Amino acid sequence: MIHKSILVLFSWLLVNSFAHAILTIEITSGSEDAQPIAIVPFQWIGKGTRPASLKNIIAADLQRSGQFSPLQNKDLISQPHQGTEVKYKTWRALNVGYLVVGKIQVMADDSYQIQFQLLDVFKGRQLAGYSIRSLNSGLRRTAHHISDIIYKTITGEEGAFNTHISYITVIKDKQNKKRYQLAIADADGYNEKIIYSSSQPLMSPSWSPDGTRLAYVSFLNGRPEIFVQNVFSAKKEKLVSFKGLNNAPRWSPDGKHLALTLSKDGNPEIYIMNINSRKLTRITRSYAIDTEPEWLPDGKGLIFTSDRGGSPQLYEVKLNRNKPVSRAQRLTFEGNYNSRASVSIDGRYIAMVHRTQGKFKIAVLERETKHFNVLTKGNLDESPSFAPNGRMIIYATEEKFRGILSAVSVDGRARQRLSFKKGDVREPVWSPYKINK
Amino acid sequence: MIKIIRYFIILSVVVALAGCNLGPLKKRGGKSTDNQQQDNQYSTGGEDSASKFTSGDSLDVSSLNDPNSPLSQRVLYFDLDSSQIKDEDREIITVHAEFLAAHSDITVVLEGHADERGSREYNIALGEKRAKAVKQLMTLQGVTENQIQVISFGEERPVALGHDSSAWNLNRRVEILYTGY
Repeated sequence: MIHKSILVLFSWLLVNSFAHAILTIEITSGSEDAQPIAIVPFQWIGKGTRPASLKNIIAADLQRSGQFSPLQNKDLISQPHQGTEVKYKTWRALNVGYLVVGKIQVMADDSYQIQFQLLDVFKGRQLAGYSIRSLNSGLRRTAHHISDIIYKTITGEEGAFNTHISYITVIKDKQNKKRYQLAIADADGYNEKIIYSSSQPLMSPSWSPDGTRLAYVSFLNGRPEIFVQNVFSAKKEKLVSFKGLNNAPRWSPDGKHLALTLSKDGNPEIYIMNINSRKLTRITRSYAIDTEPEWLPDGKGLIFTSDRGGSPQLYEVKLNRNKPVSRAQRLTFEGNYNSRASVSIDGRYIAMVHRTQGKFKIAVLERETKHFNVLTKGNLDESPSFAPNGRMIIYATEEKFRGILSAVSVDGRARQRLSFKKGDVREPVWSPYKINK
Repeated sequence: MIKIIRYFIILSVVVALAGCNLGPLKKRGGKSTDNQQQDNQYSTGGEDSASKFTSGDSLDVSSLNDPNSPLSQRVLYFDLDSSQIKDEDREIITVHAEFLAAHSDITVVLEGHADERGSREYNIALGEKRAKAVKQLMTLQGVTENQIQVISFGEERPVALGHDSSAWNLNRRVEILYTGY
């Protein structure tokens, strides 16, 4: 029996109370080949109020991935809490491949000791077993951590449940004036924290690769300028403010540069800025619009939107030490509108905004095969952003004329909708794996 | 809502005027050869075209606050994906350009906007492209660079809040904003 002890102390965003920003997470469609998994509600050992249900959080995580279909509580034939109590034969009869059992124990210092085991029903053995210490305030993160362990043990791939999203919300204040808010939340939309709020438009958040900072565009001074803000301390500074556009910041994979759009030399062109020295390297030269740069994961190329061919399309320029080494090559040929690329971490897929029959959808291009697949069904879908494990894409869509967030698996088979209580929600960006404080 | 109605009125005036003629004003001195050629192309409008608009350089500063002045038309509309200035809007731009050329101490902000469709960053660039197309036409008619400031808000500041083509048509626009008026 494997037993690892992990002390999980969560200091991330402790200032934040448990703001339940999201009303519902609705799984609008699951994948047909999703694997059945039974997660038994964890046994509660101790007095006092039972904290948030780990079982529900884990089940929701696994279901959202599109690769698992967790059983409902009423379908559980028994409720064991440790491997030795499990009668595998009865579970086999349900045709459930995996079983998760566990306990939460209250410790003297009011933290929790959580034990769980992932069991292979058909082989009748344990695949993983952990004991994790968690503070009450960190219980949701612990649940996501357990989801990651289950996901990786079964699929062999990294999970992205214990990650974050950033996005912009627009609400009306008491004077009925718009307020633009830069928000951070868990990947499932819980624990929302507003890290910056302004009466002027905010746009284009981009995570630093270590997850400590966000670059974004603010109209605070009446025109677009690029700011960088620490997500923990909320300390921010104005980084880029040339004449004209200062837009579309995208952090480089090495964390030392920003790709961005400036129109200081006439029309929108893409540049790379060294964040320390503020030195600029110009990447594009055309009379057309060039904007929305996105890094290839190895840092050796940028994908961007340009209307140099008469309509907005995606182009790729190869880089050597952040200098262009080739003419930009056009990547997209389907339809007359393809923009705002997001590249998966393995570089295999490019997600984009694609117009078809006057409607804007999220499409994905497999770079090697050139296979092009329209994934979403909305009218005004935009801002796709890959999860750090490359399996899901979060994007902005519209429901009853209100901006909401949705996610779709890269194969288009699993879908979910994150419905916020109020306001317009837009421009989601998925964080990298680690948020190192 | 009142604002929206106002834009409809402006739009209908623009359309009505466009129906009358597409001709620009009589040629002004001090223009480039390129511009004269362009003017000649549109000279078929005839003499009555000039009577529809007062020429901008004959207007004084008080006409900036006169709702009946041709300078009161300060919004130009654009087609989808386009930064091409519509023929009927060339008249409006010319009046402003002539006025500004004659009043070099007055400055304007050209505010470019897009509708909500498509990606936000591309729309910021498109809004700027629209405003710069207007700026170019103004500078060709004698307005100096430092009289014009271009700002794009992309799709971030719609005037019409609907989600249909009538709202989108009103939101794809460049606004001419006189500084201090």
